[in-house]
Amino acid sequence: MEKYSLPSLFRHASRHHEDWPRAWRDPAPKEAYDTVIVGGGGHGLATAYYLASKHGVTDVAVVEKGYLGGGNTGRNTTIVRSNYLRDEAAHLYDFSLGLWEGLSQELNFNVMFSPRGAMNLGHTLQEMRDIERRVNANRLNGIDGEILTTAQVQKRVPLLNCSPKSRYPVMGASWQPRGGIARHDAVAWGYARAADAYGVDLLQQTEVTGIRRRNGAVTGIETSRGFIGARNVACVTAGNSGVLARMAGLRLPIESRPLQALVSEPLKPCLDTVVMSNAVHCYISQADKGDLVIGAGADGYNGYGQRGSFRIIEHTLSAVCELFPAFSRVRMNRQWGGIVDICPDACPVIGKTPVEGLYFNCGWGTGGFKATPGSGYVFADTLANERPHPLAEPFALDRFASGALIDEHGAAGVAH
Amino acid sequence: MLHIRCPYCQELRSEEEFSNAGEAHIRRPPDPAALSDAEWGDYLHFRKNPRGPHREIWVHTAGCRRYFNVLRDTVSYEILEVYPAGVPDPDAPGEPTP
Repeated sequence: MEKYSLPSLFRHASRHHEDWPRAWRDPAPKEAYDTVIVGGGGHGLATAYYLASKHGVTDVAVVEKGYLGGGNTGRNTTIVRSNYLRDEAAHLYDFSLGLWEGLSQELNFNVMFSPRGAMNLGHTLQEMRDIERRVNANRLNGIDGEILTTAQVQKRVPLLNCSPKSRYPVMGASWQPRGGIARHDAVAWGYARAADAYGVDLLQQTEVTGIRRRNGAVTGIETSRGFIGARNVACVTAGNSGVLARMAGLRLPIESRPLQALVSEPLKPCLDTVVMSNAVHCYISQADKGDLVIGAGADGYNGYGQRGSFRIIEHTLSAVCELFPAFSRVRMNRQWGGIVDICPDACPVIGKTPVEGLYFNCGWGTGGFKATPGSGYVFADTLANERPHPLAEPFALDRFASGALIDEHGAAGVAH
Repeated sequence: MLHIRCPYCQELRSEEEFSNAGEAHIRRPPDPAALSDAEWGDYLHFRKNPRGPHREIWVHTAGCRRYFNVLRDTVSYEILEVYPAGVPDPDAPGEPTP
């Protein structure tokens, strides 16, 4: 792997940028691997990278039906934060946030992590009480958090409508300064390039059609490019986890729904933080190239079509216009949907399944992007040591039998 | 945007009037106390979540406020069938109605 640096930029510039090497190989599948990771999104690629870099497991393939980072990794609103209410979730997401902070250096790839702060608005007295509770819980867990008054909110976000006469007046907000946004494609590409350098095979355009098992243990996967043997199969297929589970004769506590987002035409810098609102339901930030990135809600019913219902967009944009009257004349460029796997407690499922050698990392619901580094790290550790990483332990599948759910629905800042 | 024909009102209305209430034809176990934790957890939390035709419950929230069943394709979003609550599961006709 060629190191990206200022000297390498000069060297290639002097040759008119015509001889940059490929960022990763395009290998043919081997007959068998130690570990096959199904799903070439951020989480799957991060898992492969940490397996190789932290645990020395390099006989690994990442199998992707489309192209790398083409699923939810390329469809989210790129928000990174860790202000979750419950201890288990807060520890996992904050561990992930810690990895974000050094990720560009570690991968030698600029993931454009920009800790510009994340703000959750409160519009009712009850919401302000919930915010106080959440910020206090965060601080007890060592996570940064502050409670802002309306005046402090207005000072940070001048375009925000903080008038007491608005329909849902802003009463305050929670504020996590270490939160922010990152470049979503770069995260997938950075992990892909770094994993490839360790010898991990990235197999694109390879769709899994079956999971082969013998005596209750996994032996490999059937794909559109033939059978690939594996000792361990790790499924990281957000949006299609239920489909994969059915191939292995399993059921999951998951329902799949489209979650929508949209971006506007590029504007001059006007919003330098992330603003989220539960009550009117929208979240918005401005990407470095100037687009407003707007997160909408999830559909109220199951679906695998990667598009959402138009009524969700209408509701979200009416909320944006209520909060930012100046944006009412901004034109929207693109709109899309990604399929999110939602668990009853809005927390992921990480770990072993009843089939030996088959692991799942799924159910991240509407908040998987921020967890990409942490998810890959703990999942790789779980795979390499064949026991749950301490941070992943509470997220095992058996919590749905024991009842030890980690209720983050509505507790985690954004309720959908 | 879905358009659903309520089987009671017999009118084709926008999805905005309706609410989804999840998978249909889930039968409450007759004797919950007799179940293991895993079986009870399965009843509470585990769903079919198919990629394709899905039987689900809808409520005509802004209309007659009554529950009914819909067979809908989760990929094409086409509504294949609408029928009142209480009709036995056509896929498992022998089972008692939930």
